[in-house]
Amino acid sequence: MEGFLASVDVFRDAIWQTLFMTFVSLVVAGVLGLALGMALYATRPGNVFGHRLAFGVLGFVVNLVRPIPFVIFLAAVGPLSRVVVGTTIGTNAVTFAISLAAAFAVARIVEQSLIGVDPGVVEAARAVGASRLSILFTVVVPEGLGPLVLGYTFIFVGIVDMSAQAALVGGGGLGQYAIVNGSQRYDWFIVYVSLAAIVVIVQIGQLIGNRIARGVMRR
Amino acid sequence: MTVQERSGVPERSIVSLDGVSKRFTRRGGDPVVAVDEVSLEVAQGEVIAVIGYSGAGKSTLVRLINALELPTSGSVRVAGQDLTTLSEKDLRAARSKIGMIFQQFNLFRSRTVAGNVGYPLRVAGVPAKERDARVAELLDFVGLLERAHAYPEQLSGGQKQRVGIARALATNPPLLLADEATSALDPDTTTEVLSLLRRVNTELGVTIVVITHEMEAVRQIADRVAVMEKGRIVEVGDVYDVFSDPQTPAAQRFVRSATHDRPSADTIARLRSHHPGRLVSVRITDESGLQARIDTAFRDAGLTAELVFGGVGEIRERRTGSLTYELTGPGPAVDAALAALHAGGIHTDEEV
Repeated sequence: MEGFLASVDVFRDAIWQTLFMTFVSLVVAGVLGLALGMALYATRPGNVFGHRLAFGVLGFVVNLVRPIPFVIFLAAVGPLSRVVVGTTIGTNAVTFAISLAAAFAVARIVEQSLIGVDPGVVEAARAVGASRLSILFTVVVPEGLGPLVLGYTFIFVGIVDMSAQAALVGGGGLGQYAIVNGSQRYDWFIVYVSLAAIVVIVQIGQLIGNRIARGVMRR
Repeated sequence: MTVQERSGVPERSIVSLDGVSKRFTRRGGDPVVAVDEVSLEVAQGEVIAVIGYSGAGKSTLVRLINALELPTSGSVRVAGQDLTTLSEKDLRAARSKIGMIFQQFNLFRSRTVAGNVGYPLRVAGVPAKERDARVAELLDFVGLLERAHAYPEQLSGGQKQRVGIARALATNPPLLLADEATSALDPDTTTEVLSLLRRVNTELGVTIVVITHEMEAVRQIADRVAVMEKGRIVEVGDVYDVFSDPQTPAAQRFVRSATHDRPSADTIARLRSHHPGRLVSVRITDESGLQARIDTAFRDAGLTAELVFGGVGEIRERRTGSLTYELTGPGPAVDAALAALHAGGIHTDEEV
């Protein structure tokens, strides 16, 4: 308890670092993953830009990156991180790594959400002369929005999880606080306070996601 | 197999299919010939029904007309334009001038009724104000103006299809394709949607190609009918002609399923047990004095004729049907009566 009171400003910073890493990564991975996921959906044979080779290559790349454990990915992406954000340590480096790793997960989630869109509505749009690109943006994405929002909510939880590993490269956040100020000093109060903070963040995120999805799907 | 051409080629065609084939190659399977050397003319302003069992190639055929599928060979001309030679961009422009409605309606669930109907206009780049006016006009035509802000899931099946029709007509297309448009609806709703389609044809002058496996839909709406079997069109003609005198086995099966005026094999077996005489079905047309001539033929031959089965109804406001008689009397007398009927141009079938 005294340890926590003495480090309460560190705790406050840690919350902000976690929120920063989570939201920036969610937005960046969200956009990159949406593009990649839409490309996967669109190139699937039989779909609007059906192309067996492109679909195969994209799928292979996604499958190659996705199973890499994040601790290894964080280390492996170091050189690229130096080029893009100028450093291999700290919050920005971790945010970069999460954004990249999560983008591939988002891609699969997006693909799965869009596959659920009724091919009949795509055909209806083709029948009125809509272009293939406009079908993707004005029909496929709006029709798949409910599952997409739920998918993004699912990814949000995964990103919070990844952000807790930031301690490895000094990225800060609640994970680092729980380990450095908590378990390494046998201060279990700090560990449980950090855990509680993470739970609250995840619950709020899930609640917002469910609300939006319900609004979009009108049920 | 030759196509039974029942009437002359229409003078002004809006759709003209010439030797059109469509083969699908499935991975690791034999190629499937969905449409096989089909030639068909659709006249401006008519309602033509294409009927056939599932798998006959009807849905592929209709998708060849708006180039959702491109033919493996042959040419598809719509409003004088050969769709098989167009670029993707020109194809899109051509498609926007061909309306289409679907069995499962295919409405955008993320859009309101008004949003669905306005979508083709957005695609065509019509300004918002003009679009709203046109959407209101269309919803008024299909009787759904007060549901403009509802979402598709709040509508009944019949209402959904009316929205589908309004959407298909948004860009004022001269041609409407209906792919099994009433197959997911109950009989009352089917009649309601078919009469709306009739209005689309008569009031707006839109040519309609109806794809269906329901003879009832053909009977209610079509001017002409094309019978499809195994990718080929085996019989084309005026609905009355095909209904009253189907030439091909496929057409005969369809007509029987819809009219129920010829006894089935089971019925014949049952009739036999009560009626030892010869069972003869006489085709009823809209010729005047027909009944008197049939009666006279039987009476002159000294036969007793007992009516055991049949039905007479109307197709396109003309009488048609079939009556099955049990004829009792000496064999040669029955033959003489039938010969007399044939001589008078009356068609009979002996049920065996």
